[in-house]
Amino acid sequence: MSIHRNAGADTLALHAGQTPDPVHHSRATPIHFTTSYVFEDSEHAASLFNQERAGHVYSRISNPTNAVLEERIAALDGGIGAIACASGQAALLLAITTLMGSGGHIVASRALYGGSNNLLAYTLPRFGIETTFVAPGDHQGWRAAIRPETRLLFGEAIGNPGLEVLDIPELAQIARDARIPLLVDATLVTPMLQCPLDLGANLVVHSATKFLGGHGVAIGGLLVDGGNFDWEASDGHFPTLTEPYEGFHGMDFAEESPVAAFLLRARREGLRDFGACLSPMNAFQILQGMETLGLRMERHVANARALVSHLVAQPLVESVSWPELDSHPDHQLAARLLPKGCGGVFSFSLKGGRKAGAAFIETLRVFSHLANVGDAKSLAIHPASTTHFRMSRNALLSAGITEGTIRLSVGLESVSDLIEDVDRALYAVQKALA
Amino acid sequence: MRLNLSGHLTDHITYCYTGGQRLERDRPTALFIHGAGHDHSVWTLQTRYFAHHGWNVIAPDLPGHGRSNGPALESIEGLAQWILALAHKLGTERPVVIGHSMGALIALQLAATAPELVSRLVLVGAVAPMPVAPALLDATLSNRDKAHALINQWSFAPHSQTGASSIPGMNLTALNERLMQRQAPGVLHTDMAACNAYTAGFDAAARVRCPTLLLSSAQDRMTPPKAIAPLAAAFDKSIALTRIVLPDAGHAMMSESPGEVLDALWAFVNSSHATGQPPT
Repeated sequence: MSIHRNAGADTLALHAGQTPDPVHHSRATPIHFTTSYVFEDSEHAASLFNQERAGHVYSRISNPTNAVLEERIAALDGGIGAIACASGQAALLLAITTLMGSGGHIVASRALYGGSNNLLAYTLPRFGIETTFVAPGDHQGWRAAIRPETRLLFGEAIGNPGLEVLDIPELAQIARDARIPLLVDATLVTPMLQCPLDLGANLVVHSATKFLGGHGVAIGGLLVDGGNFDWEASDGHFPTLTEPYEGFHGMDFAEESPVAAFLLRARREGLRDFGACLSPMNAFQILQGMETLGLRMERHVANARALVSHLVAQPLVESVSWPELDSHPDHQLAARLLPKGCGGVFSFSLKGGRKAGAAFIETLRVFSHLANVGDAKSLAIHPASTTHFRMSRNALLSAGITEGTIRLSVGLESVSDLIEDVDRALYAVQKALA
Repeated sequence: MRLNLSGHLTDHITYCYTGGQRLERDRPTALFIHGAGHDHSVWTLQTRYFAHHGWNVIAPDLPGHGRSNGPALESIEGLAQWILALAHKLGTERPVVIGHSMGALIALQLAATAPELVSRLVLVGAVAPMPVAPALLDATLSNRDKAHALINQWSFAPHSQTGASSIPGMNLTALNERLMQRQAPGVLHTDMAACNAYTAGFDAAARVRCPTLLLSSAQDRMTPPKAIAPLAAAFDKSIALTRIVLPDAGHAMMSESPGEVLDALWAFVNSSHATGQPPT
């Protein structure tokens, strides 16, 4: 069951979470560059520390500028609240550590961003948390991978690198059947293209560094709680939320708030102790970006569609991976779950392998050669010579990449300039292979 | 705290939030009653303070709500009897009774029928009678989503509607919607029908014998401050009646202006006598 929105997404992107500053009447969100907040008296201080009153104590735990960002993304995503983190990685880690400790188990999509894969496959096992990876579309595989100690299902709305579309309604049903929450990384879609909570997910993470900010100047992450998971009806599998926590005045978070228990624990423990909070300057910059999110996503999608149409007709292009194409295995799923478009990131493979890929990348002028996505400026990367350069041809293929794969994050430039840039690079490939 | 009210109206498990503290015999008691489609957690930013400042807190989930099972009770009078039974079961002496919306009607009825029990009365977001718009009453049966949306639309101030929150990082309307979604189908309708059918409010007000606080919010479209005047006029002139209107909240004032609600409650329960003027 989704949450009713009180305004359209473009309105919420501009206004949610902020009312004009009552003291100075500032229309823009003020940047509260402060580490801490003056208490009215010792009694007021004690009641804030004990969560008897709402308010700010220390900016590692909450900050007024960050709160606007949190409330804005929650309003857009249809969540009950959110927590701003230092990065998308920090938001993902906060979600996991709030739900489980050593002995916990995650079932995750195999088509993940490399950073998330590193965390799940290599780092968390050191702390006793294991992950089983399954193909995102293998529903039986998801069910089969669930163990008694599984505490989370996790996937990306659009996967990496093959742009696999996550069947969120189906996975949400699998999660409900197992009484396990479903967490979705919605970085590549943003609330303008898809709201996973509306499709049945329970938690959402965003790397706000990408499309939400859009300018490529600020790292940040957001963790959104749908408030739609019953922690108390899960056979005691989430004691962090349903049993008294000595580390915070013996608070039983689900007793305090059956709906918001997850966010209470995440803020009162995870932000407090792990400390991966967001700078209020970054929150402000991300908020500035979010004001134009709807307009930008429309342009990202339109430019990506134009480039895809152009590339599929080029003889040097072996294949284009884009869920809006009939040739993509998730084409029908994308039409159902992403009717407004599949975002601004796609990949294609050049004939001619690494040599072709390198020639293409080095000739681009408008596209920037770097390892990021979701910027207003167009970006490109050749995985076989950068992020995956140590991998053999076969290893690349098993990761869904060829030696000639190029990933583009299509920006907001005039599309004719982007096409011209790509054509220039294709000509360079032709010459390099001659 | 879970207890069984065996032999008292329902024979089911009742849950009472106590602010994480044990009930102590020598402490004063504040009894918080939630409204339609809610549970004890709507009071979290008031009850926890009371419980850590020398008070016993009893914030039950009404029958069929939250962690309390059994069917939802169908009348305000029945709910007031249930609260009375709960107070007796817990050995509660002279509690301050604080109710929100439907909970305020229950508190009012309780104070009228058991004046010896209630030491002070606080009605938060209350009007009486409390007619429920036919469209809303219908929607509670035929379209819960629509009912929840209407309730949020009438319960929250404009800034809360667009996601601004006095509780950092929280989206208050969504929080309220999820809380209502958690209640079993039919519960919200039973609650709303009970409010709609309750006609004894003026009589009850006239029988109240304890100091009373009427706490309302300027931006409340569910129980607007103007509509409270007839209820206020129905109280006996001999009792100390205090009225406070919070400026920046709607009907959901416990989450929209949690500190202001707490301050108003705290000042009222600690005033040596009610003067008819807002406590300072």
